[in-house]
Amino acid sequence: MISDDVKVWLIIGVLALGTFISRFSFLGLIGDRELPEWILRHLRYTAVAVLPALIAPVVLFPPATNGEVDPARLSAAIVTLAVGVWTRNVLWAIVLGAATLYGMLYLTGGFG
Amino acid sequence: MSSTTAKSTYLQGFRDGLPFLLVIAPFGLLFGVVGTEAGLNIAEVMGFGVLVIAGAAQFTAVQLMVEDAPTLIVLATSLAVNLRMAMYSAAMVPHLGKAGLWQRALVSYSMVDQTYALADQKFQDETAWTLPQKLRYFAGTVTPICSTWYAMTYVGAKLGSSIPPEYALDFAIPITFLALIAPALRTLPHVIAAATSVVVALLCMNVPYSLGIIIAGIAAMIAGAQAELMLKKEPKS
Repeated sequence: MISDDVKVWLIIGVLALGTFISRFSFLGLIGDRELPEWILRHLRYTAVAVLPALIAPVVLFPPATNGEVDPARLSAAIVTLAVGVWTRNVLWAIVLGAATLYGMLYLTGGFG
Repeated sequence: MSSTTAKSTYLQGFRDGLPFLLVIAPFGLLFGVVGTEAGLNIAEVMGFGVLVIAGAAQFTAVQLMVEDAPTLIVLATSLAVNLRMAMYSAAMVPHLGKAGLWQRALVSYSMVDQTYALADQKFQDETAWTLPQKLRYFAGTVTPICSTWYAMTYVGAKLGSSIPPEYALDFAIPITFLALIAPALRTLPHVIAAATSVVVALLCMNVPYSLGIIIAGIAAMIAGAQAELMLKKEPKS
């Protein structure tokens, strides 16, 4: 649980400012200058580089099950990824992933 | 379509923005719920939704705060997720670079994945559009998309406090991110970057201060960029 309000508002403030600066960077500050190709090449991969790292440990070793591999959560993750790759549709991936999670939790007695 | 009036480009943008509400509404709702479940109060949830207004970075920050990562790591990781916005900003310069300063500031604030994607496509198609027409089109896309984001974040925050823990909301963020990543795996370098990210993150699980995520992110960006270079050099088969 998050409990330190000062820390939360510090994070909100800096994140808001930093995000705005990313968006304002060229349009407002740098203007019509070409980005070097090598920077563009790395920027293209920022999202697929950071997001998997953030969730891979949580998917395999969920804190909710004290780090034990959980069949319900693991199969939900696999279904979400497979549906997302197959349909290219974010919403379907979430819906079917969540359905798998709750179905498996029900089957394995994970609901309380 | 040089006869298009400025007013109608606003309405056109508004209409084009509507289908995206199918994505924006559930995401906003989910952030409100997850943020509240994680221990944020409603002002803090709305602070994220309105001031940061970047879904993936918001979820990243909440996930890391729940894991009790140091503030610096929370900020660095979330901001890294948002670096792509600099690319959007660069892409808008030829179209909106001559607008007034406050107009460019407002465009920047409301440049989310969806408004950017719509504007970038439209401005390339409608080469005859004037600057005011383009600005009004952008404002048109922003109106339904951003207002729905705020509203659904609020609804989610209100709902969040009434959902019991056995609904496994700990897994809402991983599922959301997997769903976002999967359609982005459209080229081999993207797949290589994502795979590198997973492997390095797992190897670095015991690195203190959640630094493993930054290490994995940097390694994965380099892997993606290098893969792209190598594939370009090889003759197309």
